[in-house]
Formats: sequence, structure tokens, C-alpha cells
Amino acid sequence: MMSPADRSMRARVLITGTTALCAGLILAFLTIGATGDWGFVLSFRGDRLITIALVAWAVPFSTVLFHTLSNNQILTPSIMGFDALFVLIQTLGVFLLGSAEVGAMDSRLVFAGELAVMTLFSVGLYRLLYARMTRLLELLLLVGIICGVLFRSVAGLLQRLIDPGEFLVLQDRIFASFSGASSSEQLSAAVLIGLSSAWAWYRLPAIDAMLLGRDGSIAVGVDHKRLSLEIFLIVTFQVAATTALVGPITFFGLLVVHLAYRLLPGAPHGMLIPLSILLGSVLLVGAQVLLERLLGFIGTVSMIVEFVGGVVFVLLLIGGRR
Amino acid sequence: MIRVESLTKTYAGSTVVDIDALHLPQGGVTAIIGPNGAGKSTLLSMIGRLEIPSTGRVLLDGQDVRTFRNNTLARRLAVLKQDNTLAARLTVHDLVAFGRYPYSRGRPTQEDREQIDAALDLVGLQDFRYRFLDELSGGQRQRAFIAMVLAQDTEYALFDEPLNSLDINHAVGVMRLLGHAADEMGKTVVVVLHDLNFAARHADHIIAMQAGKVVEAGPVARIIREDLLRRLYDTGLTVTTRNNRVFVDVFG
Repeated sequence: MMSPADRSMRARVLITGTTALCAGLILAFLTIGATGDWGFVLSFRGDRLITIALVAWAVPFSTVLFHTLSNNQILTPSIMGFDALFVLIQTLGVFLLGSAEVGAMDSRLVFAGELAVMTLFSVGLYRLLYARMTRLLELLLLVGIICGVLFRSVAGLLQRLIDPGEFLVLQDRIFASFSGASSSEQLSAAVLIGLSSAWAWYRLPAIDAMLLGRDGSIAVGVDHKRLSLEIFLIVTFQVAATTALVGPITFFGLLVVHLAYRLLPGAPHGMLIPLSILLGSVLLVGAQVLLERLLGFIGTVSMIVEFVGGVVFVLLLIGGRR
Repeated sequence: MIRVESLTKTYAGSTVVDIDALHLPQGGVTAIIGPNGAGKSTLLSMIGRLEIPSTGRVLLDGQDVRTFRNNTLARRLAVLKQDNTLAARLTVHDLVAFGRYPYSRGRPTQEDREQIDAALDLVGLQDFRYRFLDELSGGQRQRAFIAMVLAQDTEYALFDEPLNSLDINHAVGVMRLLGHAADEMGKTVVVVLHDLNFAARHADHIIAMQAGKVVEAGPVARIIREDLLRRLYDTGLTVTTRNNRVFVDVFG
């Protein structure tokens, strides 16, 4: 049971509450344990905060859209083989050019290159399949999974072939980390994420109607084929931007999005997306504060978040839909 | 008026629907019957532009349904498929509100709210309007989807096996509802049915299909005949008349 009035009430309470919590956590993140020059500490931590905010924005956003697109709430965009492609690109770079050469390249150029390859990959996959099949999505996902295995295997082979010293450098690049991004990378990612989010926001009523599934949404007048491609592109941009920024993230989006589904069941995207972004921010910033500032475990945040998210994924699989 | 012209649909080399010409009568309830694999659902899907014909066209007042603007067509023709499993949880109210999407585009007006209310009244789900669909019985769920179609306020409403998995009580209720939509609201209702007695009792016209082709189409009395139905289903059923009512005994 939930009337629209109950729902907007609940959404208001949840969004106000998480916003306040998030603000508190950001303050704690910036100030706890700071010694020495404040200017340096704040700019250093502020930099990381920007990266965290971009991830907390784009990952839940793209996960919600992907769930609506695929009419399925268990899959995540990374199942399309994105994280594996990222690892492969990094591995190829180090394998072919050597870590010194890759490190010396303009980071904006590297970012643009990674982004271009990922977008080409997903749009190519989509066009290839949509041109031939009408019931594309299951097939697309299967092809995505198989591509993921292929990329991972090729990357694994190359990683065994390269020099152990080079491998260490590579390892640093392919694990999710919130501290490695430069400000030019941040800017490119922010522009991309911002534009694709605005596009999605503009199309939100039609995206809501897509909850009826393919046939249902066509019946009420949604151009399903075109909107699918649009959502696919939006998701691609957002995932590519975050992956190029911090590396592969698999289960974080699933975790916060399912939390939002439980807290606001049946809510339109206009409520779900803001709530999941706020929950994502609380989770990421809170984990940084707790693990790094208070407990002193440096660099473990992504591991813990992914671990919890992975457990949720397994529970979802075991429990079926709900 | 809906007309079908040299319509075919081919899946991986096998032809599922192959109809030279068919004209759906205006008004009333038209039932499409026929054995499994006759192409009934595919025909309905092509009329409702959910499937793209391999060749030929479906004309609504002389215009190909595929050349309409999505929104314009959605205000004139609604279609409900058989399988309505949704990944997201929706309340009855939100589901019915999607029927107003062609008009409201996500921003409901007072008129949209009235139409939603009227549709909920008609299917008798007013008290369940804020329930989630997964909290309803099969019959209530089906009625919720029918309410969405009614809220869409179209001249044409197509239903693919709406009685599937309903008990007789609910099945009769759903057919009365569709009859009401046709008689009182002036809609043209097209419905794929399996139960011949439901077709005999509730339909005004029947289209009999077999192996992708239309075997016969016309008023009920012309189709619900022993010889035709025996040929159609390849079984020894009998048709009897009692108190001016036609009964099909499928056991012969």
C-alpha cells in the first residue's frame, strides 16, 4: 500500500535526512585528523571528494537506468563487459608501450582514448545487434558477458607475459581507487556525466513509462527503440566516465539502488535517482571517514563497498526477484 | 476502421501469419479464435504495432498504423499483451496512470485524474488503488491492466488472451467488462480467446484462424457451427442450442 501523498512525504523525509547525513559526513571527511597546513589538506581532500561525488552520482544513476532499460533489477552495466574492457585497455597500454611511456602521456589524451574505445565498443555492439534482432536485450547481455570473459582472458594472458615490475604499475592502475584522478580527468568526467544526466532528466517521463516493459510502453506511445538507444548511450557515457576515472566498480551501484528500491517502492525515476545518489554519497563518504580516518585502513574503501555489494548481489540471486 | 492488407509475418523462415485481406468490423466485441500456433497473437500484435509485419500493412482509417505518430496512435488504439510481468513494483494507481501517458506525458491534469478514477470505478478496484500489483490476486491484477487500457480512452482496444489463468468467476467478470466497454463506451474491442463458449456468448463477431490464415470471419452464428469448428480444431466437438443459447461441448 502506498498512496502518492504517502510516497512524496516519505521521499521528502528520506531525501532531507540523507542530505543532512551526507553534509555531516563531508564535513567529517574534510576535517577529522587534519594536521598542518589547512589550505593543503582541504585542497587535497577536496580533490578526492570531487572524485567520490562523481562516482556516487554516475554509478547509481546509470544502474537505475540500466535496470529500467533491461526490465530487470539484478544486472548491472558492468555485466556488459565494461570493467573488463577497461582492464584490457590498461594492460594493452603497458604491454605495448611500457609503463614509463604510458605514465608520460597526457592524462587528458589517455582519458579521451579510453572513453572513445568504450563508447565505440558499446554502441557497436548495440547497433550490430539491434539491426538484426528485435528481442535484443537478452542477447546483448549474453554477448556482453562473453566479451567480458574474452577481454579478461586476453588481459590475464598479457599480464602473465609482462615484466613483474611493470605488472605492479599496472595493478595500481586497474584497481578501483579514489585518489588517482587528476583534475583534468575529473573535469572531463564531470562534463560527460553532467550532460548525460541532463539528457536523461529531459527524457524522464518517457523513461518512467518504460517500466511497463517493451510492449506496454509502445502501447502508450513511447518510441521504445529510439529511447532504448538513448538510454543505452547515457548509461555508456556515465559508466565509461567513472571507469576511466577510478577503475572498475561492479557492485556498488547494485547495493545503493536496491536500498533505494526498498525505501521507496514503486517510485518514479525522479524520486529514485536522487535518493540513490544521496545514499551512494553517504555510503562512499561514510566509508572513507570510518575506514580511513577513524580506523586507519588506507585504500580499503572500494574493497569493503564491493564486498558488501557482492553479498547483496548473491542474496538477490538466491532470493529471486524479491 | 481497421483493415489488413496482404499481411505476412515470417520468423526464421516459417510463416506465422499470411492474410490476404481482413476487415475488422467497427464497434462491438470481435473475438479471434483458433488452435495454438494459428497466429492469433501475432496478428493482434501487428495490428497493435508491437510487431513489424514482414510484408503488407495494417490500416487504421486508411493509414498504415506504422506511419502514425506514436502519441497519436496511442490515443486511438490500445493493446494489452498476455504476459504482463513487470520488473518494477507499481501500485494499481500508478499503473492506471500510465494509461494517461499519451495525454499527460507525465504531467497529469484534472481530466487525467478523473479518467483514472472512472477506470478504477469501472473495474471495481477503487478500494485497492494504492495496493502494489504483487499484493493482488490474478483476477484483480488483470482488472488493473484492463483499467489502464480503459484510462487510455481509445476507440480501439486489443486484448491478447485476457482470461488466461483466471477462474470462471473472474473470467466472466472480465468479459462483461469488455462487453461494457464496447456497448456503453462505444469502443471496438478485439480479443484473442481460447474458450469457445466465452467467444460464443460474449462476442459479436468472430475471426477463426488456422495455420496463419483466416478460415472464416463473420457473426457468431456463422462461425460457431459444428462442421467449421471440428475442421478448425481437428476434434470431435459438438454444438448444441438450448433456450436460444449456443453451447460448445468440447468433449463431443
